[in-house]
Amino acid sequence: MSAGIHKLTMPKWGLSMTEGKVVAWLVDEGAEVDVGAEVVEIETEKVSSVLEAPHSGVLRRVADVGVSVPVAGLIGAIADASVSSAELDVFVAAFQENFVPEEIEEEAAGPAPEIVEANGKTLRYLQRGEGGEPAILIHGFGGDLNNWLFNHEALSANRSVYALDLPGHGSSSKQLESGSVAELTGTLTAFMDAIGVPRAHLVGHSMGGAIALDLALNHPGRALSLVLIAPAGLGPEINGDYIEGFTTASRRRDIKPHIEKLFADPSAVSRQLIDDILKYKRIDGVDSALRTIAAALFPQGRQALVLRDRLAELSVPTTILWGGEDDIIPVSHAQDLPANLETQVLQGKGHMVQMEAPAEVNRSIVSCWDRSPS
Amino acid sequence: MARIITFQQAIGEALGQEMERDESVIVMGEDIAGGCGADGEMDAWGGVLGVTKGLWARFPDRVLDTPISESAFVGAAIGAATAGLRPVTELMFVDFMGVCFDQIFNQAAKFRYMFGGRAATPVVIRTMIGAGLRAAAQHSQCLYPLFTHIPGLKCVVPSTPYDAKGLLIEAIRDDDPVMFFEHKLLYSLEGEVPEESYTLPFGEANYVREGDDVTIITLGRMVHKSTEAADELTKDGIGCEIIDLRTTSPLDEETILESVEKTGRLVVVDEASPRCNIATDISAIVAQKAFDSLKAPVKMVCPPHTPVPFSSVLEDLYIPDAGKVAGAVRDVMTHKA
Repeated sequence: MSAGIHKLTMPKWGLSMTEGKVVAWLVDEGAEVDVGAEVVEIETEKVSSVLEAPHSGVLRRVADVGVSVPVAGLIGAIADASVSSAELDVFVAAFQENFVPEEIEEEAAGPAPEIVEANGKTLRYLQRGEGGEPAILIHGFGGDLNNWLFNHEALSANRSVYALDLPGHGSSSKQLESGSVAELTGTLTAFMDAIGVPRAHLVGHSMGGAIALDLALNHPGRALSLVLIAPAGLGPEINGDYIEGFTTASRRRDIKPHIEKLFADPSAVSRQLIDDILKYKRIDGVDSALRTIAAALFPQGRQALVLRDRLAELSVPTTILWGGEDDIIPVSHAQDLPANLETQVLQGKGHMVQMEAPAEVNRSIVSCWDRSPS
Repeated sequence: MARIITFQQAIGEALGQEMERDESVIVMGEDIAGGCGADGEMDAWGGVLGVTKGLWARFPDRVLDTPISESAFVGAAIGAATAGLRPVTELMFVDFMGVCFDQIFNQAAKFRYMFGGRAATPVVIRTMIGAGLRAAAQHSQCLYPLFTHIPGLKCVVPSTPYDAKGLLIEAIRDDDPVMFFEHKLLYSLEGEVPEESYTLPFGEANYVREGDDVTIITLGRMVHKSTEAADELTKDGIGCEIIDLRTTSPLDEETILESVEKTGRLVVVDEASPRCNIATDISAIVAQKAFDSLKAPVKMVCPPHTPVPFSSVLEDLYIPDAGKVAGAVRDVMTHKA
């Protein structure tokens, strides 16, 4: 690889992504970019998002807008101004010569999800990265490990990061007893034991936020830090129509308006995303699992468990993130929190803020981890 | 978790999982145990194309080989359904179905209606359809339009392994008679299928792909021919929206109309003989309910109105292919009002 030239490649957002389309460049060719800057908008069959610069430098080569590029294929090059145009041409030509798309070379497909037994339940999880203090990503009600598709890889640069499917979700066991937060927290601690992770940074979204918070409060020492994204558990209000609609709808037409409530911009919801949710909902046992959890956690459209009064007990670094236009759990729950917590409201974003503003959310998560004492 | 299996394995897996879950599910038909149990044989072929292979060893009392008398065993399956079992019966080729029309058309399809809603007939009749296997005129027809015509029957024509498993489980759990049509040339098709049991609702068409210029409505094996055509047309900048009906009864009229209202152009691709088939039915619905949206006349891509030829050269000409679909799409695109 030529010195001083950094490739910008098509990311793999989610297990099923094989290619992405370059929708728009947010930085002009020839302009300086800093590491982490939003460079290019990519559209996948599921959802659109923005790719950040992996290195600082000058954006020297860009793929045409509208082209589809396989995962790991070259979409641009970042290099110092001192690198000659001829050197760049050689670099690009050498890359294209050696590049084999994932479909042909299966091993390049990246990490595959694994299965572990915990508390008598089969749990699916995906590990990315190695070493460091481990982190665990916990999705919300009706979600799965793919909810972190824009975060997981970026967060795993310096540590092992696990995303799991909670019981009743994704490809994990669908049987639940009470469906309470305590049961789900119990499963999470059993999961940590099973994968040999006694302590971890916990990142929870929505219902997963309540689980992370419950674990940190009731199992002191097991959470190294907490990032709670639009979490449940900070107030009684929740959008009961959403919970009811998501739980009971079984057809595309019926569920679409509910999925759209999750995003500030409903056009982010593709037909593929809805089809994937329906595929999950149609698996035997899912309907009853969702109803059990909804009845335990959100009876009559209210949150049963409110841990707000206990936030001051937290001794680990904690960040609360919320989308300013969250239509599921009101952003007002982010107000008047104890001073030991960092609170950040992302304006113009909805409930799925980690998908809608991945770059900002990833930065906030890493900054919370950096505040952790070790 | 999902893994890659064939259409044939997906159907076998659906049968096995439902037999596991519900002991009232039985499987019966010609040669489906394939001699299992005789002379200590434990793992025979299982049906002409091996779909029921392995089931007899797991459920020896509930996998029944029948005599070569379709009228008798299809009638027996329907009777068993009215008496509380959930039989899945296999009638090798849909072409032979004529000998049991009374059992299907006049008995199974009518019970719920004629007994004031108080009778259930939870039978599934699985059968092979379609041309392309050089099997000649009596083993190559589609015939699903005949059954779609009869009120009281549900008709399923799956196109992928994922759909085949989910639709068959739905069919077995359904309390009404369901005709389940499997295209012989799809059995080796591979696709991602969850290991868990799951159901797909009847009457919900699948958007195979979205596009703005032309709607292609199709089903069964023709979904794949239409996809090939659409890939080709993309290179010319023509965006096809492909809708796979999945079930012809009930029919997802809402999705058909929604798509045609968006694109304003319709090509219907159906492997069944061209008179009174699914293509004519869809065309009539669109002409009645979305006429004002149409920018061009509806095009049907169907075989000619002849028996399926035995000559391989003629059979290949008979079956609609990607070239014919693409031609029809170009025709509706270039139509000048």
